[in-house]
Amino acid sequence: MTAVDVASRAPAQGLRGERATALSLGVVVGYLSVVVALPMAALVSASAADGWSGFREVVTSPQATAALQLSFGAALAVALVNGLIGTLIAWVLVRDEFRGKRLVDAVIDLPFALPTIVAGLVLLALYGPASPVGVDVAFTRTAVVLALLFVTLPFVVRTVQPVLRELDREMEEAARSLGASGLATFRRIVLPNILPGILSGVALAFARAIGEIGALVVISGSLPFRTEVASVYVLARIESGDQAGAAAVAVVLLAVSFLVILGIGAVRRLTTRHEAAVRP
Amino acid sequence: MSIVVRNVSKRFGDFVALDGVSLEVPGGSLTALLGPSGSGKSTLLRVIAGLERADEGDVVLSGEHATALAPQKRNVGFVFQHYAAFKHMTVRDNVAFGLTVRRRPKSEIRTRVDELLRLVQLEGLGGRYPAQLSGGQRQRMALARALAPKPQVLLLDEPFGALDARVRSELRDWLLRLHVEVHVTTVFVTHDQEEAMDVADQIAVMNHGRVEQVGSPTELYDRPANEFVLRFVGDANRLGTSWVRPHELAFVHEPEAGAVEALVERITPRGFDARVDLVAADGTPLVAQLTRERLDLLELEERQIVWVRAARQRTFA
Amino acid sequence: MRNVTTLERSAGRHALRGIALVYLVAVLVGPLALVFGRTFEDGVAPAWNALTTPETLHAFRLTLVVTAIAVPLNTVFGVVCGLLIVRHRFSGKGFLNAFVDLPLALSPVVVGLSLFLLYGREGWFGAWLERHDVQVLFALPGMVLATLFVSLPFVCREVVPTLREIGDEQEQAARTLGANGLQTLRRITLPAIRWAIVYGVVLTAARCLGEYGAVAIVSGRVQGQTETATLRVDERYDSFDLRGAYAISLVLALLAVLVLIAMTVFQRREETA
Repeated sequence: MTAVDVASRAPAQGLRGERATALSLGVVVGYLSVVVALPMAALVSASAADGWSGFREVVTSPQATAALQLSFGAALAVALVNGLIGTLIAWVLVRDEFRGKRLVDAVIDLPFALPTIVAGLVLLALYGPASPVGVDVAFTRTAVVLALLFVTLPFVVRTVQPVLRELDREMEEAARSLGASGLATFRRIVLPNILPGILSGVALAFARAIGEIGALVVISGSLPFRTEVASVYVLARIESGDQAGAAAVAVVLLAVSFLVILGIGAVRRLTTRHEAAVRP
Repeated sequence: MSIVVRNVSKRFGDFVALDGVSLEVPGGSLTALLGPSGSGKSTLLRVIAGLERADEGDVVLSGEHATALAPQKRNVGFVFQHYAAFKHMTVRDNVAFGLTVRRRPKSEIRTRVDELLRLVQLEGLGGRYPAQLSGGQRQRMALARALAPKPQVLLLDEPFGALDARVRSELRDWLLRLHVEVHVTTVFVTHDQEEAMDVADQIAVMNHGRVEQVGSPTELYDRPANEFVLRFVGDANRLGTSWVRPHELAFVHEPEAGAVEALVERITPRGFDARVDLVAADGTPLVAQLTRERLDLLELEERQIVWVRAARQRTFA
Repeated sequence: MRNVTTLERSAGRHALRGIALVYLVAVLVGPLALVFGRTFEDGVAPAWNALTTPETLHAFRLTLVVTAIAVPLNTVFGVVCGLLIVRHRFSGKGFLNAFVDLPLALSPVVVGLSLFLLYGREGWFGAWLERHDVQVLFALPGMVLATLFVSLPFVCREVVPTLREIGDEQEQAARTLGANGLQTLRRITLPAIRWAIVYGVVLTAARCLGEYGAVAIVSGRVQGQTETATLRVDERYDSFDLRGAYAISLVLALLAVLVLIAMTVFQRREETA
């Protein structure tokens, strides 16, 4: 039983008192309302302005559908690829030793730290018309996937690394001593325990990929029906004054984001089921 | 069933964990590797299991060279101090694991798991997760798990170290009974000399990566090979250049040759026997152990000046 | 003292390493080297000129101002919220957590649009704002609100696990010794989580510096007035001034490298604290 379990059970209420709770709660809820909740409410309300039929009409229009399909498809592909490669990279970073490992570990966070517009520009320079390596995929769907791969790279790595680090090595040794091969040990012991980490990372990567804008405005070319993603579609609708149309698709994106957050929470609760110490 | 370790050495960077260690473990015996932290006992155990590779030397299991063999091919059962339970599996699945990876038929696995759960007294708890068991229960599960694939050797690395005193002594007795019933060659590591003396047929005392002495508990206690073994396996008083066990410290009425003057500091009756703390004339603290009868007979009192000598003593070159 | 026995076979280990490194070079290292090259293609002087036009300088200043406002606000919020979640008991904690984490998964475009709908002329507060002659959209307040939204979670998410780990025993000890709530907070709690806060601040600042989508919608992108550095990069690109775009990108990229260094340094401090 770790300190996390101890603290996540009844905290010392007597220490803080109910007045302090109410005060902090008030401040936090107030801040969140102004910054997050109110805008979200305005958005949902605007999307419902023309009622359910109006909403459906916009969302199922050919251009919107194409944009949403591209977003979902690309995000899914990218999330899965980075799920696999991210786990691999996390494994190498945690279990392997080589010179320059610290540098590699630091560089993983580059997509977090770099402004997305810069990322887009750079990818355009590298894989666009003036490409030094002779690869020109600008304004194609490949470009969309490439940009999203870049932007979502760190997510799975960073969610899997801590789980892998905390994994009790003795469990693997026990499995070996009981006759399991390296692959069997990975499949039966390591993977089940790092799976929650992988899933959270994949979910976050998916959500990020669906909503990405900065890295895509430049390199995708935003061609409707070809390389226009949902977020770019919304932007275009806003710029042409169609707020209702923009709001409808935006709400779809909002719903997806919310589901992802709830999903990650559920995964977290599911894992702590194993840790729950119920003394007989 | 037997284990022969020949001249094994192992280094971790600059640290020498094992230095030319040789040991023979007869088949069916219960051997303890006893020593302080850093003595190399856990490393030796892990080398026997194949979890560490020796730099030099051989490990022979039942007459076959196992030195280069991977752990999963050695058919050894290993029990860890902190259980190493597969926390994402139920107790049943944990115990069944060694058989599952060998792809034994499901019915065979089920029977064997039932048998083992009964053996370790965890029947009915098969569907629980390790986190829902107490420490003692978890360790019993770990034992059942190690025994499931019928290993030829059972290795335990400070198996009761993480448990509280009462559970520890219960499990100690329990291990002894288990050994009698199952009769697998067993080697366990401990730093607790009382535990080793209690349970083992033979004890290998280790220090700084070397085996100091191997023998039965009585042999080690009565005929220690050197000062280290003497002091590790039981208490000892220093009297001049020799060592005297607390129960071999005799009280005499008049000063004799070889007797030392001492002041009785404290008398602690402890049920059957009594402990007497003294300070010798030169300031050395001494501890004597006598039966309550003897104590009454001598009419010892605190702050009394007495003369003590060795009823039996040991010196080492 | 364990062998690296889990990657036993050398060939396998090298292969894994190889794949990881190739992927990283293709996706990360290569692009960065290119920006550098493209910026200074025609020498240092043209790049310098591109960077020091009044509009560009204003853009950098504006980015810094917005960041300087958003970071402290979200830091205070993050600490208060973190303490609330870990040390207090109340219903709806799951709900609260979801709202705090939402910005991590939400598209910036959705953020920008929602602010537009709230503070725009036809929005909920539109009429009220116009009556009182207050500018939120196309002005600094709107940009700050957008940046606050997208950079909200970071400090809180760093503080929460640290608070959980250290437990409240030290605080209890302080109370028994006579310290009141505020003293305990100042002398015991805050120092204990200081590296978590610092790390969270670094992440928040990085997010503020790099924000594009939400601010693009609420700012109106007026050059020399409401254009941030990231918006300027886009603007230069659209105006076919590639050198200018690369020059600003280089500065932002170098800032990103500084952020990476800060992250590495403070992450280690946080772990060993």
